Parts: sequence; structure tokens; C-alpha cells
Amino acid sequence: METATRIENLHKSFKLGFIPQTKKILKGISLTVNQGEIFGYLGPNGAGKTTTIKCILGLIFPDQGKIELFGHHHLSLKAKAQIGFLPENPYFYDHLTASEFLYFYSQLFLIKKNEREKKIKDLIQVVGLEKSADLQLRKFSRGMLQRIGLAQALLNEPSLVILDEPLGGLDPIGRKEIRDIIVRLKEEGKTVFLSSHILQDIEMICDRVAIIVNGDIINQGALQDLISEKILFTEIVISGVEINDLENMGEPFSERGGRILLKVFKEEDVEKVLEFVGSEKGKIHSLIPRTETLEDLFVEIVKQR
Amino acid sequence: MKIRAIAFNTFREAIRDRILYLILFFAVVCIGFSRLLALLTVGDRVKIIKDVGLASLSLFGALMAIMIGTGLVYKEIEKKTIYTLLSKPIHRFQFLLGKFFGLVLTLFIMLLLMSIIFLGLVFFHTFKVEWQLLIAILFIFLELCLITSVALLFSCFSTPILSSLFTLAFYLIGHTAWGLEILIQKIKSGFGKALAQALYHFLPDLENFNFKTEIVHNLPIPPKIFLYSILYGVFYTLFVLILALLIFRKRDFI
Repeated sequence: METATRIENLHKSFKLGFIPQTKKILKGISLTVNQGEIFGYLGPNGAGKTTTIKCILGLIFPDQGKIELFGHHHLSLKAKAQIGFLPENPYFYDHLTASEFLYFYSQLFLIKKNEREKKIKDLIQVVGLEKSADLQLRKFSRGMLQRIGLAQALLNEPSLVILDEPLGGLDPIGRKEIRDIIVRLKEEGKTVFLSSHILQDIEMICDRVAIIVNGDIINQGALQDLISEKILFTEIVISGVEINDLENMGEPFSERGGRILLKVFKEEDVEKVLEFVGSEKGKIHSLIPRTETLEDLFVEIVKQR
Repeated sequence: MKIRAIAFNTFREAIRDRILYLILFFAVVCIGFSRLLALLTVGDRVKIIKDVGLASLSLFGALMAIMIGTGLVYKEIEKKTIYTLLSKPIHRFQFLLGKFFGLVLTLFIMLLLMSIIFLGLVFFHTFKVEWQLLIAILFIFLELCLITSVALLFSCFSTPILSSLFTLAFYLIGHTAWGLEILIQKIKSGFGKALAQALYHFLPDLENFNFKTEIVHNLPIPPKIFLYSILYGVFYTLFVLILALLIFRKRDFI
């Protein structure tokens, strides 16, 4: 598989404060993003996710290290022409309408005049902003700005789309829509590099992930390699039995409306619970085995650090 | 093409800024005020109108250059629009030159508007179009280009308020630095004179663009002086722009 992004030994520090003190943000990170995959970049606040993205885009200059995009130096116009970027909490020229804004950016990609109008119209349709095309961006809501941001990132039909927290601050419907667009981009053969806090979303759509903590990449690889499929515990919702009778078989978690949520850690105990509930003429409402999630892994790694 | 796109966007952003129209309003009031001053003057009233009018054009043009020049680049950085812009296939110098030409275009249009009102007022008194006034206005425009480049330079690394103060200081020093020439003639040779001479050469001399007195009083101006002023303006602006580019080239957008 060919490489879309290769980062080797990237270091970056900033001098902050009135009496400048050097703060190391990136401490020699290396990662590889393959073409055609959705790559999730995870980390707690201040871990260095946005700094890495800014280094890739040439908004800041690394102290040390090498970045290549499709085999080109990351600052070359050839490399930049293949990138689409959506920043975190995007803000655009509020004096422009959505169409004017996309028209302005299309000029920077040297898109031919006769193709511009059609492309802009299509993109506005893709992100679902047909009714707001002639509205000034100052009147856009956060979700709408996120959509127009995505549209500008796709103007040049990029091979690599870099999204910094694309799902942050969106309502569940907005999140689903953006997630669907990201999956569609993958189906079109594009590579997506996204940083996010929303781990369930990353788990749902990413092929591979890297976890960054305090400027170091702690873990990276395919999701199925990182997360074990071993069952951690089973959640059983029961009614018609006494909570005290269940204590030997698991951890009764809560009792509400006559229903008990029981966490069972051993597989043989699950059998025991089923037999016991049957004998007591109780009722099993649900039985869900829980495997390790990305969130479990993430919390464990951050705790270790 | 890319520089042009950024320039037109800058122009569009600037002309949709209310502060520009506020300054334009005061400029027009001031030009109109020259008529009132003329009424109170004994002697050649038209000269007063020309004098005050040209001074208004120069002063309010400089104010516009400072206000929009220091605000627009900083706004791009502060509001982070520069993140998406610089991630596109453009060089940083293209961004800065686009900004510069956009601002220059805005100032050109504003100066044109003020000039039309000013020339109209003069026409109202003399019943002829005084084309020679355009020479003075051309040099005012050259000065505004230089001030814009200075405003751009400061806004590459400083906040709008500080940049405005620095650029205003540049403007004021530029119009008073000629005093050093007199000082050099008056003091005896030594460290003081050497210092005054060094300062005189280092500091900007914006009086090179001031032909108001000569034009208003119909005094002859040798072509050599014109040429010198034009070259001074062009090279000084280029020098400041290159300095701005060097700073902007290496800047981190945190």
C-alpha cells in the first residue's frame, strides 16, 4: 500500500511566557498514513494533535524531523495541491456569502473559470447548504460553518483530507452527516486523516489510529490489533429477583423501576445467573457482552502516563 | 492569479468595513470645512481651499492606510482564516503581496473619491479643472503605499493597536525628520553631528512626497526632484515589503 503521509522524528517546541521558556510539544513523533484509509489521531487536550497537523500544513515549522506527502516535501505546492484541510472550530471570512467564499478559494487552486460555478454548486449540495448559498457566513451557525469548511476542503478534489476535530460541537444528526461524508470520501479512494475526541465515532469509521500523549505517540496500528476482542464483562438487565441474591454472581450496578443492571465478569457466572433467574421465575430483559473499546484503551494509556 | 484573488478578497473585505466610511465622512467634512475657512480669509480664498483640501486628503488617507493596513492581516491570524488560506497551494509571499495590493487598491478608490469631491469644490470656485493638483495627489498616493507597507510590516508580528501606534509614529517622524537637516547645519562637527546625520539618513523622510505648497502656489518644481521622490517612494516601499516578507516567511501560526 502506498503512503499518503510519512512523518519521521518530528520535534517542535515553543517559547512561551513573558520570560520565554521553552515548552516541548512534539517529542520525536513518527507515523505513517496509508493511501485510501481513514486514520484517526487521538489524544487528550494539549497532547500535540493540532501542532502535528499545523506542521504537516506548513503553518508552523518543526525544529527537527521530516514530513512527506505522497513522496513530496510537505511544503511543496505539488504536495499542498493534493490536500484539503478543515481546522478545528472553523471561522471564515464573514463578509462573504458561502458561494463567494468557495469562489475565492477555487481561484487559489487555479480551477478553470468555466468549471468553478458547477463545482461550487455541487459541493454546496454535497454538504447540504443549498438554501444558504447566498447567505453571508456571519449568519451561519456552528454546524453550517463546519459544513462549508468541509466544502472548501474538498474544492480541489484532494487525495488527502485533513480534519481537525470535525465532529466537535455538532449535534448527533450533524455528527452522523459528517461521519457519512467521511466514509463516502474513503469510498471515493481518498485518504482521511482526522483528529477527534469523540472516540465512538473514531471507532466506527477509522481503519487505523495513533494515540498521542504529551507529545509522544504511544500506540499506533489497525484498530483490531489495538483492541482485544476478549469479553471484559457482560451486562445483564433482570427483573423479578432480589438484588441481594445476585451479589455472589456479579456486581449489581443499579436498580431502577424494578430492573437490576448486573455486571458479570466470569463467563460461567453468566450461566449461573440465567439458571437462577429461571428458577425464580424472573425475567431477562437484555444480555450484552462488552469487549474492550477504544475508550477503554485510551483511558488506560492516558492513566499510565 | 493567486495574488490577484487575495487582493480582490482583501479589497472586498476592506470596502465592507464601516470604519473606512467613517474616515471618508470626516475627510469630506474637512474638505468642506476648507470652504468655511476660505470665507474667513483675507486674500486668495482658492489657495486656502486647495491647501486645506490637499492636507485633508493626505491626513485622512494616511489614517485609512493605518487603520485597514494594521487590521486586516492581524484579523486573518486572529480569526484563523489564515490556517485554511495558507494550507492551499500558495506561497506566503503571495499572501502578503495579495494583502498589500488589495489595500493599495482600496486606498486608490478612497483617494479617488476624496479627490473628485475636492476637485469639484475647487471647480466650483475657479470654474476650471486644475489638473496640476493631481500631481500633488499622485505623490500623496505614493506616500500612502509606503505607509501601507509599513502597517503591513508591523502587523506581521504585532497586535493592531501596537501596529497602529508604530505606523503612526513612522508617519509623524517621517513628516518631521526634515528638522534634523536644520539641526545638522547648526551643530558643530563631532559625535552629535554624526548621530544627527546617521539618524537623518536612517529615518524616513515623507516630506519627499509633499508638493502641496509648490502646487498650490504654482511654484516651479525641477523634474529631477519628481524623479527622486518617485524612486524614493518605490524603493522604500519595496524595502519595507521585503522586510515584511522575511519576517512573515518564518512565522509560526500557533
